[in-house]
Amino acid sequence: MKTAVVVFPGSNCDRDLAVALRDATGVAPAMVWHKETALPEGLDLVAIPGGFSFGDYLRCGAIAARSPIMPEVVAFAAKGGRVIGICNGWQVLQEVGLLPGALMRNRTLKFVCRDVTLKVETVASEFTRGYRQGQVVTIPVAHHDGAFTGDADLLDALEAEDRVAFRYVDAEGNPTDAANPNGSDRNIAGILSANRKVLGMMPHPERLADAALGGADGALLFEGLARVAEVA
Amino acid sequence: MFKEPDVTQELAAAHGLKADEYQRILEIMGRTPSFTELGIFSAMWNEHCSYKSSKKWLRTLPTTGPQVICGPGENAGVVDIGDGQAVVFKMESHNHPSFIEPYQGAATGVGGILRDVFTMGARPIAAMNALSFGDPALPKTKQLVAGVVAGIGGYGNAFGVPTVGGELRFHPAYNGNCLVNAFAAGLVDADRIFYSAASGVGMPVVYLGAKTGRDGVGGATMASAEFGEDAEEKRPTVQVGDPFTEKCLLEACLELMESGAVISIQDMGAAGLTCSAVEMGDKGDLGIELDLDAVPCREDAMTAYEMMLSESQERMLMVLKPEKEAEAKAIFEKWDLDFAIVGHTIAEDRFVVKHGGEVKADMPLKALSGNAPEYDRPWVETPQAAPVGDVPHMDPGEALLKLLASPNYASRRWVWEQYDHMVMADTVRRPGLDAAIVRVHGTDKALAFTSDVTPRYCRADPLQGGRQAVAEAYRNLCAVGARPLATTDNLNFGNPERPEIMGQFVGCIKGIGEACTALDMPIVSGNVSLYNETNGNAILPTPTIGAVGLLERLEDAIQVAPKAGDTLVLLGATTGHLGQSAVLSDIWGREEGAPPTVDLEAERRAGELVRALHAGGLLNAAHDLADGGLALAAAELSIASGLGVELEANGEMGPIPWFFGEDQARYLVAASDDQLERVVEMALAAGVPVRRVGSVGGETFRIGATVLALGQVTEAHEYGLPDALAS
Repeated sequence: MKTAVVVFPGSNCDRDLAVALRDATGVAPAMVWHKETALPEGLDLVAIPGGFSFGDYLRCGAIAARSPIMPEVVAFAAKGGRVIGICNGWQVLQEVGLLPGALMRNRTLKFVCRDVTLKVETVASEFTRGYRQGQVVTIPVAHHDGAFTGDADLLDALEAEDRVAFRYVDAEGNPTDAANPNGSDRNIAGILSANRKVLGMMPHPERLADAALGGADGALLFEGLARVAEVA
Repeated sequence: MFKEPDVTQELAAAHGLKADEYQRILEIMGRTPSFTELGIFSAMWNEHCSYKSSKKWLRTLPTTGPQVICGPGENAGVVDIGDGQAVVFKMESHNHPSFIEPYQGAATGVGGILRDVFTMGARPIAAMNALSFGDPALPKTKQLVAGVVAGIGGYGNAFGVPTVGGELRFHPAYNGNCLVNAFAAGLVDADRIFYSAASGVGMPVVYLGAKTGRDGVGGATMASAEFGEDAEEKRPTVQVGDPFTEKCLLEACLELMESGAVISIQDMGAAGLTCSAVEMGDKGDLGIELDLDAVPCREDAMTAYEMMLSESQERMLMVLKPEKEAEAKAIFEKWDLDFAIVGHTIAEDRFVVKHGGEVKADMPLKALSGNAPEYDRPWVETPQAAPVGDVPHMDPGEALLKLLASPNYASRRWVWEQYDHMVMADTVRRPGLDAAIVRVHGTDKALAFTSDVTPRYCRADPLQGGRQAVAEAYRNLCAVGARPLATTDNLNFGNPERPEIMGQFVGCIKGIGEACTALDMPIVSGNVSLYNETNGNAILPTPTIGAVGLLERLEDAIQVAPKAGDTLVLLGATTGHLGQSAVLSDIWGREEGAPPTVDLEAERRAGELVRALHAGGLLNAAHDLADGGLALAAAELSIASGLGVELEANGEMGPIPWFFGEDQARYLVAASDDQLERVVEMALAAGVPVRRVGSVGGETFRIGATVLALGQVTEAHEYGLPDALAS
């Protein structure tokens, strides 16, 4: 499986994501600098990492969305290519219009870094098929602007189309208010595009993809993705 | 056109230079200095940059050892961790700026210490911060805590370094002066370390990073004075941080070093361009000539004086190999960073600064650092504390709940959840208990980090307090299974011109030196912050110790995984020492008595025993005893594991001294039945007193005869800090 990680100035989870992809696929991803104007040939996945691209000095992800490489990522997605955006990466994908809704400042107005429990709401995607339907997994969040927000029509549509990938839940799997770390609408932690080939999520699966770090639930996402190679 | 003021003794005094210091300047120059020269002298000779009050005593600290690659004097210390790798670390204060502007003051403190680490060629892998604030009930304290924590997070999170530990304390002695001590550690290949000494004549001096503005002009001088009523009017002397530029600067510097273009490098911290240029010339026995017309400026019409004293952040000065100029330029441009050739090295011992076609300064370079004043300030020994008076009886369960909910001992989760402590995906042990552990990327090794000091002890007995700060750091490292390697010290004190303050300083240094020698953790870097007082009220003497330990393999890490049915074993001797204890000070408001005596040999025996027990597979958990003694240690273990605990009373002493006494060199460990006998045997063989004090399991926390619900214990600990800070 051939993957690429896009690196913006201010990205800081690019290495972490590359390690997780390498461990799952057996091949180190190509690291693509944001000033590039072409993606490597024959990619199976483009990954947009977390961090503070361009310092998050404008709306998070807004400047990165205008980087030279991004039209290529959009074109790749338009052809049915797989794209994952984690944390700041989701904000970038939302800014280029690959994913709907908005990511607002956390309701606590504070940065929050901690493990959260997520419910896998759909396994009908290449990103989530490594999990069981309804599985409750532990994956950390670390963000200041992670409150997913949409109008009722959007939220209803996402649910009707089975495009909610992950939801913040308590240990028993209930989407309680206390389990919601940032005030996201309907506890939504990650969503899929209409063609199910683009995933945006605030939690960082690459940070708990190694038992030495206290958990490996995140690895299942990358392992599920890596099965692309077997199918192809 | 700006008209430079005439230089007089009065103007020198306004720059913080004493009459005798100005006299010395006249002798060195052989003439009246120019305005710019006066600014340069004041920047180099203030306390913050020159260590003029502390140097005499700092020289007495142990700074060498087989593990030390580079001790104090460079941007940060460097310590060997085997396999051709080294850890680079330092701790530095940003106290004065943080009190004036908490968010930016703390943020730029983090930025400064990160730059110190990557200037040496190391990629930062961990950060900590040790914070001291005044009475948490004061609105000013709440404002400072919120701002400082947000500033540290705002900078470190965006930069992308995990903030894995630190300290937070409250005491009214910090009402007028908070302390913000920032620690950073980085990883480097031992044969790729970069130093500040310039070499070669006629080599280009290159400026890299953010543009220069008027921010921070006079900052180092500000940090070398007491605050008066006007402290909050000093805001213009505080700098503003830009973690995004710093992150770009990090990546650009590491790429530049990789390219082989860098001869020497120095970050621009306190006193910016002045300090960095002098440092490079002085260390390399060379002169420097600067042409300020080439300096990238953010503001119009900046004078030479302002440019030389600006403390604008995220800037580096380096000497590059001329033949690598094209490669270097390509890297700067990739990262969209400003760079400029702003001067060159010269053979003579001169520091020449040109601007607008005029020579603004022309002075002997070595005299700026080498001839800096040095004082042997008078000091008096701290008088021995009176013995502790009668301690009233209190139910130990009640006392424990009070301590757990105290803002000084409650969970720090409110703080560290605002810090990204997992970025870089190598945080093996997160903040919360003892030391944090960060894996050495791509290996099975790991480093442990801790920061400690008990200022109450230091005030009552500086020698014992100094020893205890190092001993507690040693214990925290041992408790997670790490072998202590080396230390950085951040010495925060009041006005050194007062003999009793200088006496605290001298006593603490002596204690730190003794402990670092006995425990084989030499000091490899550090920082001194004096004049932490307002209107004559000094802070508690606070010599923060940052320490680093090595785990050769991840399996060396001692987990916090006690099992139901485990026996709790106390290692080390207990006399029930209550002088200067947390229970006395936090519950009864009494700061009385002498602090516990620190037996360094006993510390070493106990620490080595804990690591040996773990190596023998005999421990399910270990935790060091410090403030709050046995009771607090057992409660923290219970909270961390979610299991109940039964702690037995001691027939030979009352419940308060037994459960809350703060005798040193002690650990609480959990062992299963089949491990227990061997634990006792090994402890006795090592000469470490050992005693069964309780057990793990059940749904309650029993302390002596008092039974507490686990929920009570957890909630007191969990909500103590946010409740105290709520307005």
